[in-house]
Amino acid sequence: MSTTAPYTTIIGLEVHVQLMTRTKLFCGCSTKFGGAPNTQVCPTCLGLPGSLPVMNRRAFDLALRAALALECTIAPFTKWDRKNYFYPDLPKGYQISQFDLPFSSDGFLEVVDPKGAFEPCRVGIVRVHLEEDAGKSMHDEAAGTGDTRIDLNRAGTPLCEIVTQPDLRSPQDARAWLNELKLLLVYLGVSDCNMQEGSLRVDANVNLHIPQPDGRIAKTPIVEIKNMNSFRSVERALTYEAARQWEDWQATKAEMGKTPKQTRGWDDPAGITRAQRHKEESSDYRYFPEPDLVPVTVSQQQIASIRGEMGEPPVSLRKTLAAKWNIPAYDADVLVNQGRELVDYFEDLATRVGEGKVASNWMQQDVLRILNETNGTVSDFTVRPEGLADLIGRIKKGDFDTSRAREIFAEMVTSGRPVDNVVAGMGIAAVSDDDVISLCRELLAANPKIVADVKSGKEQAAAGLIGQAKKKNANVNPGKVRAVCIDLIRGME
Amino acid sequence: MSTSPQTLTSKDVAKVGLLARLALSEADLERMTGELSKIVGFVSMLGELDTADVAPLAHPLDTQNVFRDDVPVASLSTAEALQSAPRHDGSCFLVPAVLGDSGAA
Ligand SMILES: [Zn+2]
Repeated sequence: MSTTAPYTTIIGLEVHVQLMTRTKLFCGCSTKFGGAPNTQVCPTCLGLPGSLPVMNRRAFDLALRAALALECTIAPFTKWDRKNYFYPDLPKGYQISQFDLPFSSDGFLEVVDPKGAFEPCRVGIVRVHLEEDAGKSMHDEAAGTGDTRIDLNRAGTPLCEIVTQPDLRSPQDARAWLNELKLLLVYLGVSDCNMQEGSLRVDANVNLHIPQPDGRIAKTPIVEIKNMNSFRSVERALTYEAARQWEDWQATKAEMGKTPKQTRGWDDPAGITRAQRHKEESSDYRYFPEPDLVPVTVSQQQIASIRGEMGEPPVSLRKTLAAKWNIPAYDADVLVNQGRELVDYFEDLATRVGEGKVASNWMQQDVLRILNETNGTVSDFTVRPEGLADLIGRIKKGDFDTSRAREIFAEMVTSGRPVDNVVAGMGIAAVSDDDVISLCRELLAANPKIVADVKSGKEQAAAGLIGQAKKKNANVNPGKVRAVCIDLIRGME
Repeated sequence: MSTSPQTLTSKDVAKVGLLARLALSEADLERMTGELSKIVGFVSMLGELDTADVAPLAHPLDTQNVFRDDVPVASLSTAEALQSAPRHDGSCFLVPAVLGDSGAA
């Protein structure tokens, strides 16, 4: 990455997440996604004269939860402001947002890669604030110069705006950090972070720092990239934009401050960014205090109570799981990154099995593999922890070996039937200890050469017996046959 | 905040006009520059007061922490929502074509 490039890529992110409330920020209209256009609107969110906003308590609490999880300082006093601009999807002609007294500031979120592929990356949070969303403009490009249609169902939906410091140094880091942010917000129940439904939106600020022969650092003009609709798009757009700025720098030597900040839109199919209008300067929004909302104060008790109901964030849950179940950091990371439900499944399984590593291996190698292949979720997974624990218990007892157990598991997944039922249906009968012993006696009598080899210390010769044992009884456990045979031979001495 | 009375130039007024989406003619600009300068000059009289010991006021009401519960209430019908719109198609508001970038910030 940056070790070979003649520049450092400087990236900051601005993330908007929709809070998991039932109603909008300032009115009782539903925030449910996918309603028919303009069915979730009222005088307040339509911006009709005489209507007044009233703050949603739940939205404020969820925003507070997000800010605390991001280690922000919570302001004891906060207010809202009007951000004025004209756009058809903004019916009031202003957005109610927060300008100079946001409710939180100065936090951070770290990403640690357990594989050590990149340095632990700490990204500072400038501020987290609470604001309302705009509506949706729909334009039928095919219709040429037709009308733009406006749906205001989304207008007034509560959003948390999270602004980072320009602390990211590569598109890959930006993507990894966004994954961690999303995981955190989903764990804490702040947002579902569904990008397809617009519950999480990312804009990125990027420029290059280029060391000059005289030791000075030249900085290219900052570009804000919009319209990225997946974390993969964010990574691609940033990669493209860094390369574009490098070429532009070589051609023009244009530096920051000499041109206004530029906004560029990401065109995903074309894989390029395109210039958009010059962004209005901050003062052009003519912020002023929102007279229709009174300020909010936050007490230490309130902060304590929000902390109390927050739940464990992924960063500490990884450590907790690794320590509690004695599993590698890598395993804990994989499990936690799949979300709370999978962690609950794992813990239930590990409790029943009584051993973390065995349970974790089954999660990683079998449950997750099947979920990935079928694009399923753990809540819909047919085999519940008790069923899988039952199977693992039978392996431990020596009823069947792991490869046989995998076949049984696959059948349990497709049929939804329990172990015994599947075993019977597949014609697999567990072989009793007595049966194994008599089978081994037969084998030893028929193979004096192997017996002699084992007696002379070549235990590996016993492997020759296993194929024969499988032929005689397909359900027999090879490990058990080997152990019993060696015991019997030793007993002969 | 500056305490010196400010005089607006016609360039300032043209910018404010653009932000307010007003098409101002040269004559408008000249008149508005004079009128707005008077208003700004009037307001800047406040700058003569000594506010060193006065805490900034975020809101004129001495009230804080007004919230509502997160409980849905009935919305308007689509027909009601659209009834005052100059143009609509029965489900959406119609406005002249907006192309390209979004205004959302
Ligand atoms: Zn509403």
